[in-house]
Amino acid sequence: MADRAAASARAIRDDVTAKRASAVEVCRDALQRIEASNPALNSFLLVDPEDALARAAKVDARIAAGEAPGALAGVPVAIKDNLCVRGMKTTAASKILETYRPPYDATVIQRLEAAGAVIVGKTNCDEFAMGSSNENSAFGPVRNPWALSRTPGGSSGGSAAAVAAAQVPLALGSDTGGSIRQPASFCGVVGLKPTYGRVSRYGLLAFASSLDQIGPFARTVEDAALTLGVIAGPDRADATSSREPVPDLMAALTGDVKGLRVGVPRTFVSEGVDEGVKAAFDAALAVLERAGARLVDIELPHAPYGVPAYYLVCTAEASSNLARYDGVKYGYRSKAAADGLQAMYTHSRSEGFGAEVKRRIMLGTYVLSAGYYDAFYLKAQQVRTLLRRDYDRAFEAADVIAMPTSPIPPFGLGEKTDDPLQMYLADIFTVSANLAGVPAISVPGGFVEHDGDRLPIGFQLAARPFDEPTLLRAADAYQRLAAWPTIAPPS
Amino acid sequence: MSALTIADVERIAALAHLDLTADEKTRFARQLADILDYAQQLQRVNTEGVPATAHMHAAAGMERDDALQPSLSPQQAVANAPDAAVDAGLFRVPRVIGG
Repeated sequence: MADRAAASARAIRDDVTAKRASAVEVCRDALQRIEASNPALNSFLLVDPEDALARAAKVDARIAAGEAPGALAGVPVAIKDNLCVRGMKTTAASKILETYRPPYDATVIQRLEAAGAVIVGKTNCDEFAMGSSNENSAFGPVRNPWALSRTPGGSSGGSAAAVAAAQVPLALGSDTGGSIRQPASFCGVVGLKPTYGRVSRYGLLAFASSLDQIGPFARTVEDAALTLGVIAGPDRADATSSREPVPDLMAALTGDVKGLRVGVPRTFVSEGVDEGVKAAFDAALAVLERAGARLVDIELPHAPYGVPAYYLVCTAEASSNLARYDGVKYGYRSKAAADGLQAMYTHSRSEGFGAEVKRRIMLGTYVLSAGYYDAFYLKAQQVRTLLRRDYDRAFEAADVIAMPTSPIPPFGLGEKTDDPLQMYLADIFTVSANLAGVPAISVPGGFVEHDGDRLPIGFQLAARPFDEPTLLRAADAYQRLAAWPTIAPPS
Repeated sequence: MSALTIADVERIAALAHLDLTADEKTRFARQLADILDYAQQLQRVNTEGVPATAHMHAAAGMERDDALQPSLSPQQAVANAPDAAVDAGLFRVPRVIGG
């Protein structure tokens, strides 16, 4: 392996399987790279080299004992800090969980390890996955490896940055309204949000249960497909996981998009989009068209209502999900003299949660409260139905739907923190896939120059529910043709 | 323009078990009003007779047999609790009854 930093998960897996490299060697290399670049990036919240090397040694021992090496044998993987890894501090980047050590592994962790992957550490994110810039972490923001003064996106900013900076070839994140795809776009890597229900959410610290979905970050669509194949499938521990069979996703990557119908919601993507993003989007469509795909105009009439519907639904669900953080069962308990149980709850929550989490709990509580439920929450759920119908109709004419991932390139740290609404508006192109439950992916789609920085732009595709094969085929074909660099130059 | 008074903010905070500083109350009153104002555009959508989507589950969920499975021990379950009586497998909270 000449350049292990740049190696794909698949290449590492092949080398470890063929015993050209050991999992321990690969892990040690990754740990060195993390140690070198983490002070500048803050992408990892926790790396325990001894623990990681012990996990790698177990993989080597299994291979030495003649066991099947697994689809991700020896591949170092970074885990967003809202996913439970047994015995490993899991904070959701919140002070309220600063000392939490889960007594169990999330289902995705069990499946990654069964496939031979090596968990190397936990990545930074927005607190409880609430944010689009990673600036809501209680442990400091992540910096974009392509331009350190800018945000890597959020909420899975640490996972995206770790893959873009070649600290690891693979990471897991979670996507509630774009939290995998938008940071993938900002960091110039691949980010996949599977169909709702495709991947078990057991062991994911819940934010908005009807929208949350776990997915991979990688530098190639092929690695994302490989990883989804490992983590997908029904799970008795998650009643919302789907029984839908998981097809052979690697076999779907034929490189052939001839006759593929690519739907473009022209009206929706024509307004409020940065010129550079627009140019990159048009160029990406042209690449697919030249490869034999057919561009078709579609309409998603309710997509412009996606952001308001999303922020009412997700905050309502969050206000309910985050009620569990009360200083009793786990996490932070206020030291303030508490006059009884209720006061203890209130002090612990007020001291433990950060500003954005409080804001969302407040908004969610408001829209669920008597007198506002019908006008806000119920209305948003009805609009969600209309948006799902828009997608159903669009998929009659198209096999995949293309959009920019973000209307703007990576912005400066601190640029939008004073105005939460402005931050929310930038989620316009990602939230609708979550509301409709469809799978969507962001692939590197070019670069734009801004104030002397060369910034990555993501190209987003969505497909019918459970049609990840078509989604990945189109994304992979595009990536092979466009071949944008996916590793940020060392800063 | 939806106006949100400090009293409104205090009422919601009490429901959410949050105790806000004076500064947080002022800021949230303004920011939540902005967001709710923006969300008012949903009223333009005709949703007459449209059912609500509360979740994406397929009709058949992952129902399972009601059978015993290995699970956490009481000690493991309370190990992360602040001020727990771990050996007894108990959470400990401030006194609720009497004094």
